[in-house]
Amino acid sequence: VPYAVAVVELEEGPRMMSNIVGCSQTPQALQLDMPLRVRFEVQDERITLPFFEPVEAA
Amino acid sequence: MKKAKAAIVGASETTRIGSVPDMSQIQLHADAALNAMADAGIRARDIDGIATAGEDLVALADYLGITPKWMDGTIVGGCSFMMHLRHAVAAIAAGQCTTVLITHGESGKSRLPAPYMPWPSPPMSYPGQFEAPFGALGAPTLFTVPVLRYLKTFGVSIEKLAMVPTIQREWAALNPRAFLQQPLTVDEVMSAKMIAYPFTLAMCCPQTDGGGALIVTATERAGEFGTPPVFVIGTGESAEVSMISQMADFTTSRAFRLSGRQAFEDAGIDHGDVDHLMIYDAFAHLPLYGLEDLGFCRPGEAADFISQRHTAPGGKLPVNTNGGGLSYAHPGMYGMFALQESVRQVRGTAAAQVPDVKVSVAHGVGSMFASASTVVLTNVLP
Repeated sequence: VPYAVAVVELEEGPRMMSNIVGCSQTPQALQLDMPLRVRFEVQDERITLPFFEPVEAA
Repeated sequence: MKKAKAAIVGASETTRIGSVPDMSQIQLHADAALNAMADAGIRARDIDGIATAGEDLVALADYLGITPKWMDGTIVGGCSFMMHLRHAVAAIAAGQCTTVLITHGESGKSRLPAPYMPWPSPPMSYPGQFEAPFGALGAPTLFTVPVLRYLKTFGVSIEKLAMVPTIQREWAALNPRAFLQQPLTVDEVMSAKMIAYPFTLAMCCPQTDGGGALIVTATERAGEFGTPPVFVIGTGESAEVSMISQMADFTTSRAFRLSGRQAFEDAGIDHGDVDHLMIYDAFAHLPLYGLEDLGFCRPGEAADFISQRHTAPGGKLPVNTNGGGLSYAHPGMYGMFALQESVRQVRGTAAAQVPDVKVSVAHGVGSMFASASTVVLTNVLP
């Protein structure tokens, strides 16, 4: 907390709920329509979730 | 206007509202039901249809001593009570029953028990699989997604959004039963505790105790009761998606548009006929969507419409005149309170009475833009 709940539109068309990670969790850093890329993060042995980070982030 | 479909001949809220720490949920239903029956001058044995959301329908009928031959337990969120009214009108017209009681009661503040909420989402549900894993839980969080898109698309500032609770508080200040009555400035809204950006606490409804009940019967019988009849002349209902991430367009609710259009066409009215409007407002953005999707404002123009005081006391389209969910009461499913205020305005008995109300529209939302229902009430027999 805080964390960013966001809907991400994929290049293929579908939209999905996710979190924006890899950047400051502030309204200033979390701009609508910014380019993102997926970052899969392992949660446990069975579950891996697709998060997204700004393309600028390393 | 077209022919009246049915009449509301009894209407009341719970005797007390806001904080009622000594009544359970079913007691709140019963208190409101007894008040509505007293209002209409009838007893439980006169009722042959019953509808509710949030309480066990069978337990409620038994508790009240009602033997139903028609029941409706539709529960699709806070607008369920508008739908109950719509369904009751149809059932009465079909001859399935003659006298319907619709009740609501929730212990949102005292939590005896806590109101039913659709979260945490069951793991196998759509939201449980595809939204909840990202911490997208609960109304304040889920509603941020469409609101931020709306604000960006139309270039509406958060300060403009903050006008919604500010102006509704002006109505609440005229209402001794409102939970929050102190004047509220835009600066105070903006500097209130951050809940989920862009919502501060003052853009979110309080959690309160209370409920309400309605008694509905055929138009022809409306004169048999001691109350000024309120005719139901139009109704609508619709749904869109159970996951807010899959709304077709974040700046407009399809369910709002379809429900509103049905109700207006059903009633045979246009916007100029509407003297008073209730738009379910659990959060500050909902009146914006309601004004636009019901067709009172063009897309993106509702915030200016509100800022220009058209919905405020003395304005040309009084909206949420009880103070709304943001100031009056919000136990969990607010729809019944919007209906009660529409009935009071049409009867001429509201705390902040608008002069000469002939037609009132009450519009409800269910869950997060998942569903909607709209009713049109009048005191003029068409």
